[in-house]
Amino acid sequence: MPFLNRDILTITDFDRKDFEELFLNADKILEKKIRKINLLEGKIMASAFFEPSTRTRLSFEAAMKRLGGDVITLVGEEAISIKKGESFIDTVRMLDAYSDIIVIRHPYEGAAKLAAEIAESPVINGGDGKQHHPTQAFIDLYTVRKLKGGIDDLVYGVLGDLKYARTANSFLLALAKFRPRKIYLISPDILRVRPETKDYLTRHNINFEELRDVKDVIGELDILYVTRIQKERFPDPMEYERVKGSYKLTMSILENAKPTLKILHPLPKVDEISRDIDHTEYAAYFTQARFGVPVRMALLTLIFGKEIA
Amino acid sequence: MSNESLRVRRIKEGTVIDHIPAGLALTVMQILGIKGKEENVIAMVMNVESEKLGKKDILKIEGKELKPEEVNKVALVAPTATINIIKDYAVVKKFRVSIPDEIRGIISCPNPTCITRREQIEPRFKVISRNPLKLQCEYCGTYVNREEVIQQLVK
Repeated sequence: MPFLNRDILTITDFDRKDFEELFLNADKILEKKIRKINLLEGKIMASAFFEPSTRTRLSFEAAMKRLGGDVITLVGEEAISIKKGESFIDTVRMLDAYSDIIVIRHPYEGAAKLAAEIAESPVINGGDGKQHHPTQAFIDLYTVRKLKGGIDDLVYGVLGDLKYARTANSFLLALAKFRPRKIYLISPDILRVRPETKDYLTRHNINFEELRDVKDVIGELDILYVTRIQKERFPDPMEYERVKGSYKLTMSILENAKPTLKILHPLPKVDEISRDIDHTEYAAYFTQARFGVPVRMALLTLIFGKEIA
Repeated sequence: MSNESLRVRRIKEGTVIDHIPAGLALTVMQILGIKGKEENVIAMVMNVESEKLGKKDILKIEGKELKPEEVNKVALVAPTATINIIKDYAVVKKFRVSIPDEIRGIISCPNPTCITRREQIEPRFKVISRNPLKLQCEYCGTYVNREEVIQQLVK
């Protein structure tokens, strides 16, 4: 029971068989087309978003509601006023008193870990600064498994802001638990993946290579994971200006791609993927976004120790 | 006693920090907060020959015994150092400093968006590597190297 009453803080806490257990549960939810089930009746999820979110918050809330649970939320102005004044620790104590599980997003790295040290209820990291977004990584790998039949032996490209995008980092940390044939880390020089993540890949014997231009490897890729430039995380606005618009995936680049290539993106996307790609067989990001609810439903049932019959 | 140690007079009570990597004795003084305005005798020898290190520095501090936190600070800056506790001109205890597996509270996380910089909590670092020194913040995952540690400790 690796998920029972457990905090979900970083994807590195989980191994392949945990992923598999979660994915089988998500499969069941999809197969049964569950719209409403009273598995989590009487349970309350607190979703506390100290930073804007569309998909993560809404899909967690939808997941909880489809499982028969209730949701209380702390977002927007309320969360921002707390951000300015009240201690985060006090806020977490309050959330813990009012709910059975807490989903937290926060601009500061380590916020979810700190919350988990304070709260008795399980804490799910819905994104902490540039560091982790573990539930997105579960969804990303679930999407790969659904589209490709497995996660091992594929060639991956991860394109974009690899320095500040927590989604890309969690995706890479998750891949390290599997056996990708190769991972290409494609970014402008100043947005290279952080040394902490690179060391983790090395320690897990992952074959990876850093490069600047996706054109150089497009023909080899089975999966291309794209992220937007995380403008809000740049400490220096000038640094952002220098890399703004520095990469863009276009139809002409895809001319050399395998017909079976699938493009993932955690969304929202800005201008890094040209719009005409949205309607092609390559685009898998809307499917990926759709899996957000069933994967999060699967996760919640496992944390609460419930089974989908 | 080695020749190097004889270059300055013995101390009656206090601490001798030996085997400091050459050139770092001043830094060790700084991290221990020794400004030279104290009443006690302080002797520093720099760049003397050493069998183990080639060259080394030695610091003798009269009337001071290091607290565990100070020993940890010395370990981070001068990992080869040995501490000799002197009582009545004799070494009563001698030990080599060692970097613990976890560093608590001695330094703050250099990442401005780490939660430890916002909340009143004790920063914690895992020791990833001792040589070269590499620490990792347990909250935000940021690496901290020896130069950054020294920079903070001498402030």
